[in-house]
Amino acid sequence: MQFSGKAHKFGDDVNTDYIISGKYKFKTLDMKALAKHVMEDLDPNFYEKVSPGDFIVAGTNFGCGSSREQAPLAIKYADVGAVLAKSFARIFYRNAINTGLPVVECDTDQIAPGDELFVDLAAGVITNRTKRITLPIKPLPEVMIKILNDGGLAAHFRKYGGFNLG
Amino acid sequence: MGRTIIEKILSLKSGREAYAGDIVVASVDYVMGQDGTAPLAIRAFQDMEGLEVFDRERIAFVIDHSSPSPNEGVSALHKMMREFVRDKGFRLYDIGEGVCHQVLPESGEVGPGSLVIGADSHTCTYGALNAFSTGVGSTDLAGGMISGRMWFKAPETIKFVCSGVLPPGVYSKDLILHLIGDVTADGATYMSSEYTGEAIAAMSQEARFTISNMAIEMGAKAGLMEADEKTFAWLRRFTKREFKPVAADRDAVYTRVLEYDVSKFEPQVARPHRVDNTAPVSKEAGKPVQQALIGTCTNGRLEDLRIAAGILSGRKVHRDVRLIVAPSSRRVFLDAMAEGIIQSLVEAGAAMVTPGCGPCVGTHNGVPSDNETVISTANRNFKGRMGNSNAEIYLASPATVAASALTGKITDPREFI
Repeated sequence: MQFSGKAHKFGDDVNTDYIISGKYKFKTLDMKALAKHVMEDLDPNFYEKVSPGDFIVAGTNFGCGSSREQAPLAIKYADVGAVLAKSFARIFYRNAINTGLPVVECDTDQIAPGDELFVDLAAGVITNRTKRITLPIKPLPEVMIKILNDGGLAAHFRKYGGFNLG
Repeated sequence: MGRTIIEKILSLKSGREAYAGDIVVASVDYVMGQDGTAPLAIRAFQDMEGLEVFDRERIAFVIDHSSPSPNEGVSALHKMMREFVRDKGFRLYDIGEGVCHQVLPESGEVGPGSLVIGADSHTCTYGALNAFSTGVGSTDLAGGMISGRMWFKAPETIKFVCSGVLPPGVYSKDLILHLIGDVTADGATYMSSEYTGEAIAAMSQEARFTISNMAIEMGAKAGLMEADEKTFAWLRRFTKREFKPVAADRDAVYTRVLEYDVSKFEPQVARPHRVDNTAPVSKEAGKPVQQALIGTCTNGRLEDLRIAAGILSGRKVHRDVRLIVAPSSRRVFLDAMAEGIIQSLVEAGAAMVTPGCGPCVGTHNGVPSDNETVISTANRNFKGRMGNSNAEIYLASPATVAASALTGKITDPREFI
């Protein structure tokens, strides 16, 4: 999987309430409608600013807080290509893989707001085209690569009728 | 090599020796979803081409987050849950039964050695019953509902050894806020946590739940305690089932061991907008509050209401404060009524709301206004958490919230004890 786009930068501990507020998420399963409010409390115009394939770039503990899968789905339906962070909260990380939102652990200090990035997941490398540097990606656990390659957990279940991770 | 509690439970449930770092597929004893996560899980269940659930007796949905429904969007999702449950034949706890994390322990289905997944991040609460219980998202929940299994990475463990005796006016909530402030919001990410020592042993089972409930606020996958006589006495109220406790080996390997003397602890608050932004209550004392909340899966149990009533009884809530009380379950509500606690709270000026999550999740039951300050017994004070991103939330113990409701400002509860 390869993506190119612009970096939108956020800080540490971006929680699931910031990604999509509880006041919206309990009402609907329409992810396109939820996506309009993504990151709203941190940047009220984020949804307007983001172009398809752009990246959310953050610090440590991205996605901490609730288990709501609406968080990765709202990001995905806002057409964000991938989330790059120094580290992720574990439930968000699982949810993102399960729902097919690429999440990438890397040294995001090397990325400034607006930098043009090229992310090659298979090669495990990010190219910061603005800064003309490359950044290594921390590899995903093997079990998660298997789920991602199958197209998410639902597709994995359709294929095998259950977990087949041995 | 010795094993931690979580390594032992994952070994038992997966049929192989699991140590930190190992990936296992384990069988789960119970699967739970709530109204914020179950609708997406139903959709994922269909997407996975699921036909039936793995075991009707070991799954429940709980309607607690927006309960009763505040608008037609939520009503449609609740209806979807009711129809799915009826079709598949498993258990639904509908409006008024309580918060999932109180209802499930009271069901008697969860106990020492159990492995539970719940589509709610505070599922780690049952760690206080010596169960490995953890939060998952809706797709994992659907996978668990179909297969009765889940994959896990056996985590490393941080052990918190709490010695000494909590001083009067200082509670388990203050203890866990202190620990989270210390290790920070991501201090235990990808890890399990264990809580042990004489302070934990001396605590009631209800007080222990508050600690395990907040393990996720340091990023932990689980907040485990060993089972003792108090654990089994609490369980015996609700079930005759036998559970086999799981203790850590003496030579278990911990990634960190942190020791505390809790006899020096003070009442704590978590200041806006982070749970790890903690301080002694004395530092924030005097800050005006307009709303006070006693309830939630963290501190809505009988003992919590009893502590609050002890402070509020015979007094009146400050005229500039709205005090909202949400018992954590119908059982708790009934017990508190029988004991006269509800009478005291309502006479003092409390507004009672339906057992459930109450205003904690920002959908109903008391959304604060712009520039208002709330003091709450909940576990999260993120910006916008209670439905208004221009409001501030402080987290504290039921005693501190009750004392603050009386004076209209953040108050050290020891003034009333």
